[in-house]
Amino acid sequence: MTMLGKILLAAAAALLLAGPVLAQEGGEVTDFRFSFEGPFGRYDQAQLQRGLQVYTEVCSACHGLRYVTYRELGEPGGPTFTSDQVLAYAAMHDVTDAETGETRPAIPSDHFQTSPNEMAPDLSLMAKARAGFHGPAGLLFNQFVHGIGGPEYITSLLLGFNGEEHEQAGVTLYGNTVFPGGWISMPPPLTYDGQVTYADGTAATKQQMSEDVAAFLMWAAEPKMMARKSVGVTAVLFLAVLAGLLWYTNKRIWAPHKSRHA
Amino acid sequence: MSGIPHDHYEPKTQAEKWVESRLPILGLIHSTLFIPTPRNLNWMWIWGIVLAFCLVLQIATGVVLVMHFNPSVSGAFASAEHIMRDVRGGWALRYVHANGASLFFFAVYCHIFRGIYYGSYKTPREITWIIGMLIFLLMMATAFMGYVLPWGQMSFWGATVITGLFSAIPLIGSDIQTWLLGGPAVDNATLNRFFSLHYLLPFVIAGLVIVHIWSFHTTGNNNPTGVEVRRGSKEEARKDTLPFWPYFVIKDLFALVFVLTIFAAIVGFMPNFLGHPDNYIEANPLKTPAHIVPEWYFLPFYAMLRAITFDILWINSKLAGVLTMFGSIAVLLLLPWLDTSRVRSGRYRPMFKVWFWLLFVAFVLLMWCGSQPPEQPFVIISQLSTLYWFVFFLVIMPLLGVVEKPLPLPETIEADFLARYGPGEEGMARAAISDPAE
Repeated sequence: MTMLGKILLAAAAALLLAGPVLAQEGGEVTDFRFSFEGPFGRYDQAQLQRGLQVYTEVCSACHGLRYVTYRELGEPGGPTFTSDQVLAYAAMHDVTDAETGETRPAIPSDHFQTSPNEMAPDLSLMAKARAGFHGPAGLLFNQFVHGIGGPEYITSLLLGFNGEEHEQAGVTLYGNTVFPGGWISMPPPLTYDGQVTYADGTAATKQQMSEDVAAFLMWAAEPKMMARKSVGVTAVLFLAVLAGLLWYTNKRIWAPHKSRHA
Repeated sequence: MSGIPHDHYEPKTQAEKWVESRLPILGLIHSTLFIPTPRNLNWMWIWGIVLAFCLVLQIATGVVLVMHFNPSVSGAFASAEHIMRDVRGGWALRYVHANGASLFFFAVYCHIFRGIYYGSYKTPREITWIIGMLIFLLMMATAFMGYVLPWGQMSFWGATVITGLFSAIPLIGSDIQTWLLGGPAVDNATLNRFFSLHYLLPFVIAGLVIVHIWSFHTTGNNNPTGVEVRRGSKEEARKDTLPFWPYFVIKDLFALVFVLTIFAAIVGFMPNFLGHPDNYIEANPLKTPAHIVPEWYFLPFYAMLRAITFDILWINSKLAGVLTMFGSIAVLLLLPWLDTSRVRSGRYRPMFKVWFWLLFVAFVLLMWCGSQPPEQPFVIISQLSTLYWFVFFLVIMPLLGVVEKPLPLPETIEADFLARYGPGEEGMARAAISDPAE
């Protein structure tokens, strides 16, 4: 093997090992399938809309989405609500106007609320802020084929409550097989099937609701993913064709100086 | 500019003469573009063009990112999200810039290991090598400070750990640390100075890159045989070389576009693969992450830092770790004088080859250990690999030149090229012309 070959092979191995540095200690994350995984994956618009419903009816009691604006709900490549729906959804929430300091109904250019419960982390980037998969079997190209792993972590966490409770320094902790350390201060948010009623008739099982809200949070963390993937496909195709043309150009230019190719 | 005999630029038109007599820029462009280049360069000689591209890419994307970035502890993280969500194409700029750093380091490691294997640092190319090492050091400083800017958890805690290294220096260490940080801890002052330097250093790198190119255009490229281009006459030199344009420009462009195809796939389909999830959590001085891990390209040196878990004589383990880390690069700087071999290229050094690949294995092992928690077996693997790193440069390289019996070298670059690729039509035509004279 040539030096280039050896280096590329070793470097690829090293990057795969060193890349997903230190998946955190915690329980096993189940590799749920999401529609947006892989180079050609796309968000499922209906799922994102259902996920917003779960967020609104359940999560938003404590958690905020401070980096997301209401207008993004209507943009292409996301839940893609109509502008009337976005206006109506925004108007359901009150915000403090940055200039007047008065409380008024939100308009599409406003951001979602910050976390009402100070203990509850903001969820805007949660799907990218948690290492989903654990090695070593899950390491190989998991992000390329299976996505970043954050939505899997969120779904697993929501389904990972084992019903145990204990008190520590006046705080109740809830047993969770996925959360690092095994105890989480969040009470189980999704407790029974049919906790929300989906307008599209989808059966709201606990797993369905967990997957839907995890998909929605992936969109909240990466609203431009569809644009990124389609640009990615175009760029890779363009560059591959260009590389091919340059390969033959190079061969042709060097041909007079070589009788054979070693 | 080049020491290899070749045709010099002659201005032909009136306009060319007018410019050239006032500023010899056309001649400079001509001699750069048509510089005689050893015809036997292999595919490991393509990383230079990838590196030049990376520098331009990072500066171009960086300049635009700065237009939307807010360098303050209260606004940095939010402005990074603003770039990702609200700025048109901002997500592309940021992901290309972040992954561009990885491509930059991947290419520079290939470039450096190629230099070591083929003896590119050996006389008369010591200055080229040292400038290259200075560029490498500046790249590390620039990348480190750039990683602090988005003000995530790893940004903050990475900056805390790395600037904390300076506190290991006896007597003045903590003063130096305070001076670097602009205060007692990583804070707004730190973010602002890192931002300023992160913008400045790439232009220093660009200046050094010009000197790097200038110096190897003076000595001529090294090549896989390590045999110098013949310089007796233009005809002789022509047998060993081909002009940079079009032969190497097109070859380099192909390689660059090939590399960029893979780069585009990473940016498009898994842009966060090489990043750390904790950096999507805003910096919090009150909450230390479970494991503080630098970016992958710092891992080998980070592993060496952590490998020293014991005091060395009167030097405590922390200072010894810092000295080891900086020493690992210092030995690279000294390499031209540590290598005693008369033969330049590793291709003709049977013993060196083995030690070289062991060095590469040690480097990869260190990279892996750097990403793992500081516990066994990673500590012992790091320690052995670190030991080997220093033994390679300080013991093996000086000794090999004495004990090793090199293989016979080809007479000329032309002979090596002919043996590999045959004469080709050009060679046949040349032979047909020169034969009757014999």
